[in-house]
Amino acid sequence: MLEYIISKYNYWMYIVIILIGVYGMMAKSNLMKKLIGMGIFQWAIIFYFMSIGAKKGATIHIVTGHHGAYEAVRAIEVINPLPSVLMLTAIVVGVATTGISLSVLISIYRRYGTFEEDEIIKLLSEKGK
Amino acid sequence: MVKNVEDVVIQMLCRMLIPLMQVYSLYVFAHGHGSPGGGFQGGCIMAAAFIVMVIAYDLNEAKRRFREKALLIFCCLGVFIYAGTGWAVLLLGSNFLDYSFLSKVLPADPVKARYYGMAMIELGVQITVMAIMLSIFLDLVTKGEHEKALEE
Amino acid sequence: MISEQFPALIVVTPLILSFFIPILGWWRRSLCLPIVLIALSVCTVFAIGLLQTVMTQGKIHYWLGKWQPPWGIEYVVDHLNALVLFFVSFISLMIAIYSKKSIEQELPEHKIPQFYTLFLLNITGLLGITVTGDAFNLYVLVEIASFTAYGLVAIGEDGAFVASFRYIVMGTIGACFYLLGVGHLYIVTGSLNMADLSNILPNLYHSKVIIVAFAFLIIGIALKMALFPLHAWLPDAYTYAPSTVSAFMGPLMTKVGAYVLIRIMFTVFKPEFSIGMLQVTDIMVWLGVAAMLFGGIMALSQTDFKRMLCYIIVAEMGFIVGGIGIANATAIKGAIFHILSDAFMMACLFLVAGTIMYKTKGHSISDFKGIFRKMPFTAIIFTVGALAIIGVPPTCGFFSKWYLLLGGIEAKHWGFVIALLLCTLINVALFFRVIDKGLYLHVHALEHASEPAGHHPEPHYDEAPLSMLIPGFIIAIAIFLIGIFNQAIFKNIIEFAIPLRL
Repeated sequence: MLEYIISKYNYWMYIVIILIGVYGMMAKSNLMKKLIGMGIFQWAIIFYFMSIGAKKGATIHIVTGHHGAYEAVRAIEVINPLPSVLMLTAIVVGVATTGISLSVLISIYRRYGTFEEDEIIKLLSEKGK
Repeated sequence: MVKNVEDVVIQMLCRMLIPLMQVYSLYVFAHGHGSPGGGFQGGCIMAAAFIVMVIAYDLNEAKRRFREKALLIFCCLGVFIYAGTGWAVLLLGSNFLDYSFLSKVLPADPVKARYYGMAMIELGVQITVMAIMLSIFLDLVTKGEHEKALEE
Repeated sequence: MISEQFPALIVVTPLILSFFIPILGWWRRSLCLPIVLIALSVCTVFAIGLLQTVMTQGKIHYWLGKWQPPWGIEYVVDHLNALVLFFVSFISLMIAIYSKKSIEQELPEHKIPQFYTLFLLNITGLLGITVTGDAFNLYVLVEIASFTAYGLVAIGEDGAFVASFRYIVMGTIGACFYLLGVGHLYIVTGSLNMADLSNILPNLYHSKVIIVAFAFLIIGIALKMALFPLHAWLPDAYTYAPSTVSAFMGPLMTKVGAYVLIRIMFTVFKPEFSIGMLQVTDIMVWLGVAAMLFGGIMALSQTDFKRMLCYIIVAEMGFIVGGIGIANATAIKGAIFHILSDAFMMACLFLVAGTIMYKTKGHSISDFKGIFRKMPFTAIIFTVGALAIIGVPPTCGFFSKWYLLLGGIEAKHWGFVIALLLCTLINVALFFRVIDKGLYLHVHALEHASEPAGHHPEPHYDEAPLSMLIPGFIIAIAIFLIGIFNQAIFKNIIEFAIPLRL
């Protein structure tokens, strides 16, 4: 059992990180903490993708001597470049998510003066009456 | 809201650091289509250089160099470069983003044309990312009120 | 010649033009709307062209950058997504025409260029989701559509920020789950292209990784399309958004989500897996049933017209998912037809909500008082939309429900049949309550006869401007046309859109 866990440790780590993120999003009532949880959640997935492209003892995917003289590339010596490329896009998406949610949070703070969700709900329902 | 904190050490350091960062960003950009790097990373470093400037000096200094409108135009310009390259290929009669057809207008063979096409795309990405990153930072730091922050 | 490029152009044209808007908008605000109109009418032309090509020549494959499919990104247009492309571009064009007056009233003037930029980018995202044939590309485009949606919701009235933040959190979880599913598929297959995946996957159907991937993909999409237990973000977000925003996001975003669900279940995975092996469809029918009943009952308890429509969306998603879950040819045909007809019905009703908002500055049901006298044309559009949602014969709502009902009876799934009929009854009660408010003003006036006269002034004719009425009328006519020509649509398009071997 222990060997099973250790041999696939990258998956276990990503599960732990993703659960930390979910905890942050669900259990915290502070909106900023929710946002941090969301960030951890996204980074766990990026971590996961990076780990599936990794190989033991392999190097980064640069073809040496690319100006003219091409050498034969042995696939076993190079990590899988596709997950890295996909995650570049996912990082951009993550940056955009953080940017837009921070700006929404700033607007929330300016209007309600707090980040606590229950206080905001109370203010909203008072306005409704 | 935005205080002026002048510190000679930080300012001198930044004065040396900022050109280095900018040159490094161009280096990262220029190698984007042959090795790791590229427009997004280069644009981020370029934006970081300006953000360092805002931290070392103050917002006024940054606003004097980059007005909101200019940032927006830069952002759109990057997209136009990107999409314009794709459109140029369309007009030459191939699929969208098939840069090898640029060899019809560029003095290069199809493989080299693809290389230059990618460089053009990366240029567009670099400009857009730089503008967007900086405007996200400025928006957050001034709480979305660019002009008001300047007056105080 | 140019028609070969339509799959790319339909995404690229609105993308480029959306970035012209902020620049030209700074120079002259009145230029924003014409650019949007140009972009969307061009898109509609492309979509019609694609639909025609697909109907005559079959599937279109388009390789971006001429890279071959398993490596490059491929755009695929078949009967199903040609139909979705058509209604997305057509309805968004109608709503762009409609948006002029409503946006001028609801938003401060300096926000108009930003609004139109986000609007066009959102449509870009939706069209891209529909046209792409690459699993990871779909994620990126889903995120483009979602980001713009977050922004558009946030510029609404009071309470929109909190609704938008909830939408961000839920939407991000949904997108991340989808991404995780794609990652699991990539581990075992090494491919991201949908057609390639569906070729590789049958040998791996017994692998646990595939089952987990399937679960992640379905849950991610269900979050985005507001399927019943995961719908919590939808009512707030669409209620507080500006009326134009809810008018195009209500009909389009959830329907495109339903399209992605069908694509994942029946194209990436084969029906043998999703129906035969996992039997996930049994759960989906009951989720659909729960969504219908919950949506209907919650809609019945609302006093706000827009919020009522939001819960109706939840119920309508129940129809679609239930139809997919019944999983025989008739029900899936009904579900696909319901995607089409529901987009038009919801667009029609949200347009009416926006028009009422424009005239009375509110969107609760009590604002409908006397609209048949005050705004007769708006009232006609509203009645058409209401009849379509209820499912009265010549409208399109009847035929989609008819097929769903037939499919349910064919599969002997009585729970679904009863829920569908019950939800229809609830819809009757819902809309007759509103029609009652709008029509029988004098009866209400008589009840309060003891009050001094003058409290109930005779409502005078006060119709909305033409630019808001014409799109409503076109959509109302389209509702009838889709209903009357349903056989043509079934025979020429939907017949080919359902998966084979069902």
